[in-house]
Amino acid sequence: MLPGLRKALLAPLVAAVAALIVSSIALLISGNSPQEAFVEMWKTIDSTESVVLIINRAVPYYIAGVAVAIGFKMNLFNIGANGQYVLAALIAAWVGTKTDLPAPLHVTLIMFVSVVVAGAWAAIAGVLKVTRNVNEVVATIMLNFIATGIVSFLLAEHFRETETGGLVAQTEVLPESARIPSLNRLVELTGFHFAPGVRLLGFLPFAIALGIGYHLLLNRSRFGYELRLSGMNPDAARAAGVNPKAMIFKTIVLSGAVAGLIGMHYLLADPQFYKFGDQFPKTVGFTGISIALLGRNHPAGIIAASLVWATIERGTQRLSTLGIPQEIGPILQGSFLLAAVIAFEVVKRRSDAAAATAAARAVHAPPAPGPVLGSGATA
Amino acid sequence: MSVTTFQPVEPVESSRWWVPSPRYLPLFYVLVGIAAMSIARIGSDNSDLTSSGTFGVAIRTAAPIALAGLSGIFAERSGTINIGIEGMMVMGTIFAGWWGWEFGPWMAVVGGILGGVLAGLVMSVATTTFGVNHIVAGFAINILAPGVARFMSNELFTNQPGGSVSNSPGNRGDMGRFTMPFLSGGDLFGWKSPDVFGWFERQGWFFVSDLGALLKGLTANLSLDVVLTAVVFVLAGYVIWRTPFGLRLRAAGERPAAADSLGVSVNKMRYAGMAISGGLAGMGGAVLVLFANRYQQDQVAGRGYLGLATMIFGNWRPLGTAGAAGLFGYAQGITLRTNPELVVRALLLGAAVGLALVVALLIARRRGTAAAIAAVVAVVAYWAFYVTEEPNNQLVFVTPYVVTLVAVSIGAQRLRPPAEEGIPWHKGSL
Repeated sequence: MLPGLRKALLAPLVAAVAALIVSSIALLISGNSPQEAFVEMWKTIDSTESVVLIINRAVPYYIAGVAVAIGFKMNLFNIGANGQYVLAALIAAWVGTKTDLPAPLHVTLIMFVSVVVAGAWAAIAGVLKVTRNVNEVVATIMLNFIATGIVSFLLAEHFRETETGGLVAQTEVLPESARIPSLNRLVELTGFHFAPGVRLLGFLPFAIALGIGYHLLLNRSRFGYELRLSGMNPDAARAAGVNPKAMIFKTIVLSGAVAGLIGMHYLLADPQFYKFGDQFPKTVGFTGISIALLGRNHPAGIIAASLVWATIERGTQRLSTLGIPQEIGPILQGSFLLAAVIAFEVVKRRSDAAAATAAARAVHAPPAPGPVLGSGATA
Repeated sequence: MSVTTFQPVEPVESSRWWVPSPRYLPLFYVLVGIAAMSIARIGSDNSDLTSSGTFGVAIRTAAPIALAGLSGIFAERSGTINIGIEGMMVMGTIFAGWWGWEFGPWMAVVGGILGGVLAGLVMSVATTTFGVNHIVAGFAINILAPGVARFMSNELFTNQPGGSVSNSPGNRGDMGRFTMPFLSGGDLFGWKSPDVFGWFERQGWFFVSDLGALLKGLTANLSLDVVLTAVVFVLAGYVIWRTPFGLRLRAAGERPAAADSLGVSVNKMRYAGMAISGGLAGMGGAVLVLFANRYQQDQVAGRGYLGLATMIFGNWRPLGTAGAAGLFGYAQGITLRTNPELVVRALLLGAAVGLALVVALLIARRRGTAAAIAAVVAVVAYWAFYVTEEPNNQLVFVTPYVVTLVAVSIGAQRLRPPAEEGIPWHKGSL
């Protein structure tokens, strides 16, 4: 195995073991058998249907993870992805029901509106940070609350559907032209057939495209270079001619704009929704923070993290039928996250120390004859 | 890492006597606020806006937020950025719900503190011992705590009469109440003392009656956990500013290397700060449980984050934090009163008047940009007052957060966090 990959996998493996131990203890304290629970979780996961469900679940998590990771790359903590995508999804849903366009255009318009609204909402935090030096954590937390208020206000007063007499606080259902079809047809082309009722939702290609775009932006573009540089060493970035304020603003807006795509998975591609209402998931932005942390902001790492997160959620879904509390799921997730961030830090410190030792050896190694001057100075 | 440079607050020339010196600014703002609300009360003919009952609800609502803010102060003064207050409060609610149901309300407070301390120590292991990024570790606590709480409530409360996976059966008994004698008509050995503040409140005078109502609200019919919160605040202020321990704690957050050179164990101080921080957050959770008389899932509902905002708003000082929490409590508490719809218009008017006064102050102090921001918001508030006939409850809900954003964006330049907060400290580093 590649040494880099092995190093990257060490910390998550240690964290996974720690999480299993913690949740086993929790299960034992509550008088359940950990073995039984984990066997049942494996049984739940181990089917084609589950794999499809896990992928469906992981898609918005992945998008959220990328959105947050863009900020993290520059040490900006976008805790406001929730507010950004929820507000954006509501307004996009409303625009979608009020317009009538052919299918690809309609979908494009709705996604465009969502991305713009989410980016604009994030831009408020960007402006406050750049012009007034307001910490983005505080600004985005406040903006989350404000977005929640605005969403329930708009939903209650202006965007509420009228078909059922407006009894339910939800928008009208999007027309056929605004929906992204499932990928089942595409899968069937390969000769594989899902069981009836299993649908691979159609937003997956967008998430893949986003991942590739994120990778290219980060590693192959000037903006990505400046982004990473500013994150690693702001002073060096400034010396290299990067305008820090412009970078901060652009990064926050970009992070928000990507967050605008989170809700589109549910709104456009998930038959459970096709509308914005009380049931619409509203906290995926927070999940995205966990995903980005677990995936170390790496395009591939975020894929793995979102799949793990979705797998835990799927795996614990049927535990309660055995009388085992399915609340073990969040404990598994939480302890995994906490253990992972600690393990990452320890591994990083070890490798930093190893690199320092190697560098020191290299400095002191030259077997130059004669008196060595100043050899002790680098300690 | 960036080096924070000290920027001494520039002294304001005192030749212009009408400009309050920075020292008395908070008091000035309080008086402006009361005057504005008084005008709004008279202008909208809504006495509930500044009634002692409203202030009583406000302080009840403010107490958990204030404790969350104080929790943040202890963490950050010792050098740890604590985003995990929310999670620690959640741990406080579940333990308080459990012990309150098993043993009674006072043990609920003890249990809440214990739950919070546990969470605080877990976070400190990550941040202090392992040097994990503080915001990351705090966030992990916020993810972990609700999971643990739900797991515990599932184990403890389901199948109990009145309990379920998402709420405890209810506390055993109630906390007592306290009314200040001589000032607000409290009983003294069975004798009913005069109610001075209440008398002023009933007169309906401009400013004086509103001040009377405020003072009565702060001293009458208080639940004992609110009184306890006030005591904790006084104690915390004393510990932070006047004791050797407080000095060492602050040194760990400001100049850890200097503290270390004087023999203070920086990491021990940071552990202590996080334990206290967790305990205070947990107590905030317990106060929530006592208010609702039971543990409920998602009871904390962002108050930990709000507490963080009050801490920043209050410039990392207990008194300022208490004031900011009071503002939040008032804005939230007023929506709990009867007929919030009427209150909203008055509140908007009050905000417009108050901000207009602030604009005048900012212009006098030659702070153009800040004055412009405040002026814009004042105009928006007045416009909202003018056009709203049936204000919406959701928009009232938004008010405190908008106020925070505006206040922080006006005052962010003057706020000064502890210099080395968020930076892991290893012995030997500078």
